[in-house]
Amino acid sequence: MSINYTPNTNSSAQTADLPPTATITGKGGHPNVSDTERVISGVAGAVIAGYALTQTKNTLGTALPLGLLGGYLLYRGATGNCPTYTALRTGTGQQTDSKIAVIPEGQGIKIVKAMTIQKPASELYTFWRNFENLPVFMKHLEAVTVTDETHSSWTAKAPFGQTVSWDAEILSDEPNKRIVWRSLEHADIPNTGTVRFEELSAGRGTAVTVSLEYNPPLGMVGAVVAKMFGEEPGTQVHDSLRRFKELMETGELPTIQGQPNGVLGRNKTEGMA
Amino acid sequence: MKALAWHGKNDVRIDNVPDPKIINDRDAIIKITSTAICGSDLHLYNGFTPGMMAGDILGHEFMGEVVETGKGVSGEKLKKGDRVVVPFNIACGNCFFCKRDLYSSCDNTNPNAGLVEKQYGYAGSALFGYSHTLGGYAGGQAEYVRVPFADVGPYKVPEGLTDEQVLFLTDIFPTGYMAAENCNIQPGDTVAVWGAGPVGLFAIKSAFLLGAERVLAIDRFPERLALAQEAGAIPINYEQTPVQDEIRAQTHGMGADSCIDAVGLEAHGISPDAIYDKVMQVARLGTDRIHVLREAIMACRKSGTVSLPGVYVGIVDKMPMGAAFGKGLTLKMGQTHVQKYLPKLMGHIQNGDLDPTFLITHTLPLEQAPEAYKIFKEKKDGCVKVVLKPHTA
Ligand SMILES: NC(=O)c1ccc[n+]([C@@H]2O[C@H](COP(=O)([O-])OP(=O)(O)OC[C@H]3O[C@@H](n4cnc5c(N)ncnc54)[C@H](O)[C@@H]3O)[C@@H](O)[C@H]2O)c1
Ligand SMILES: [Zn+2]
Ligand SMILES: [Zn+2]
Repeated sequence: MSINYTPNTNSSAQTADLPPTATITGKGGHPNVSDTERVISGVAGAVIAGYALTQTKNTLGTALPLGLLGGYLLYRGATGNCPTYTALRTGTGQQTDSKIAVIPEGQGIKIVKAMTIQKPASELYTFWRNFENLPVFMKHLEAVTVTDETHSSWTAKAPFGQTVSWDAEILSDEPNKRIVWRSLEHADIPNTGTVRFEELSAGRGTAVTVSLEYNPPLGMVGAVVAKMFGEEPGTQVHDSLRRFKELMETGELPTIQGQPNGVLGRNKTEGMA
Repeated sequence: MKALAWHGKNDVRIDNVPDPKIINDRDAIIKITSTAICGSDLHLYNGFTPGMMAGDILGHEFMGEVVETGKGVSGEKLKKGDRVVVPFNIACGNCFFCKRDLYSSCDNTNPNAGLVEKQYGYAGSALFGYSHTLGGYAGGQAEYVRVPFADVGPYKVPEGLTDEQVLFLTDIFPTGYMAAENCNIQPGDTVAVWGAGPVGLFAIKSAFLLGAERVLAIDRFPERLALAQEAGAIPINYEQTPVQDEIRAQTHGMGADSCIDAVGLEAHGISPDAIYDKVMQVARLGTDRIHVLREAIMACRKSGTVSLPGVYVGIVDKMPMGAAFGKGLTLKMGQTHVQKYLPKLMGHIQNGDLDPTFLITHTLPLEQAPEAYKIFKEKKDGCVKVVLKPHTA
């Protein structure tokens, strides 16, 4: 991207500017990461960077399907080592709605995102409460299967056709107001969260707030890798909330997939004045 | 079908592409009978708008006949055979902004809203044929077009009106009108309008409709100034007359009550500040040339309004913010909320208050669109407005 005020418009140029290894090894803020891990992550980062470039050429604007999952899988693939989270104090103590202890102290990443939607809380809650609806607007989810009143199985997409999965349980369910969940043991990505629905005054709609805490694969390195590809922690949640709003307000998701083009879209933005 | 596709700076071509299909339930397909080239298209043609991809179909000022509707479009709203004009901005009709008639701020139509949020904080509506940053929707300089949220945008044309009479309701007439309305014109007011292009000319006509006593029109092309004069404005050729002095003289020392910048980010100029802007833009150190905006701020009287229909996209440099603050100016701007103005302006056309056909200088088959872009860009051959006909053969 040559226009200096829009550094984020073209993700491929963004990633190309960032030497992946430099970003990771240069981070003084993550002393827990061993040298070996840094090298491996660096290689993984480079692979993802290449992948990111091929992706953005054809799908400018669609979010990169990379980030934390990619970092995790590449690590697992490269080392044959699957980090387990046996240390997690699942199911104990600290029953606040934003932090149920499935995530070791000090390791989780917390995200809070909100969106105001012009629909009654009851309608929004009802759609969300049927978790099998979620993949419609959460692009990174492949499938959710509800197994009983409080339990469900989740599968999320990852690069190179792979997937990650976890089981979850509902900890608290207040119809039209709030749902609290957490992942169960052996989750690929341990996570816990709340979604709240609050009707606002003066007909301004319903505030939908998601608080989510997850343990990034590879600890903080995963988050750093994710960040390198433009996927700030939280971007995915924000984008999902936006699509939820679009779907609930208009009944459909805006798209240009399947419309005609001249010659196959090649990104020419670089060539612009 | 045939469509005009962008291939790079100064490079647009007629390509053969697949016909558009219904994708979402609220879509409609329109067979285009007339489509125009806009000053905004020149910002794409000249390469000043980010997010373009080779093969993108341009065009956001179009009208025609509905040939198909999705199952989410009720027959009362729109049906096969209806003849409609289509607003250039795509709006859902359901969101906070649409419900307040602020259609160009619609929340729900840009699939790439995230890109805009990174630049602007929050994203406005998608537009037809106007870069992937603004949605990536294929435009209407084509034989057919897919119109999303077709139960909201397309507006039926009453019997007895020609394409040429109503085509400009898709953009430039409402844009000129909103620019004038934003000036909050009072009896006795003098409105100064920079740019006597299509948008400026409609701003001039609208300022009179809204009660302006006098309108000053600033440009350098004699044929455009002549049209402004025919519309009742006092022409000022900025290549021959010092603009600030002239406006001061014309307003008896007071300054213009309101100023309309109908030029935007590609302002032409010969003064040192304009040359500075051009250098910065060519060197990619700046994005927008704001020569006209500076002039408008300086020429405006105290507590007046500066209204900007002219498009800006990025960061501006040497903006006389102190003058705007010191004089207590009101600045109003933005993409036009076309849908809001359609019923009223259709009424003005039907009543004969205003004949929008006065600025059409060229009517050509779609096949000649690449040449038409060149002529319109260089303002050759007295070109003011080009209308393209996709189905003439
Ligand atoms: N806000 C909206 O929704 C909206 C809609 C349509 C068009 N626009 C914008 O309005 C602007 C004008 O569009 P148009 O179709 O009339 O374009 P146009 O290119 O035909 O006209 C622009 C005119 O400005 C004149 N000009 C250039 N530099 C000048 C200067 N220094 N002083 C005075 N005049 C000067 C040119 O000579 C030309 O006549 C463009 O920026 C366009 O993108 C905005
Ligand atoms: Zn236009
Ligand atoms: Zn809307």
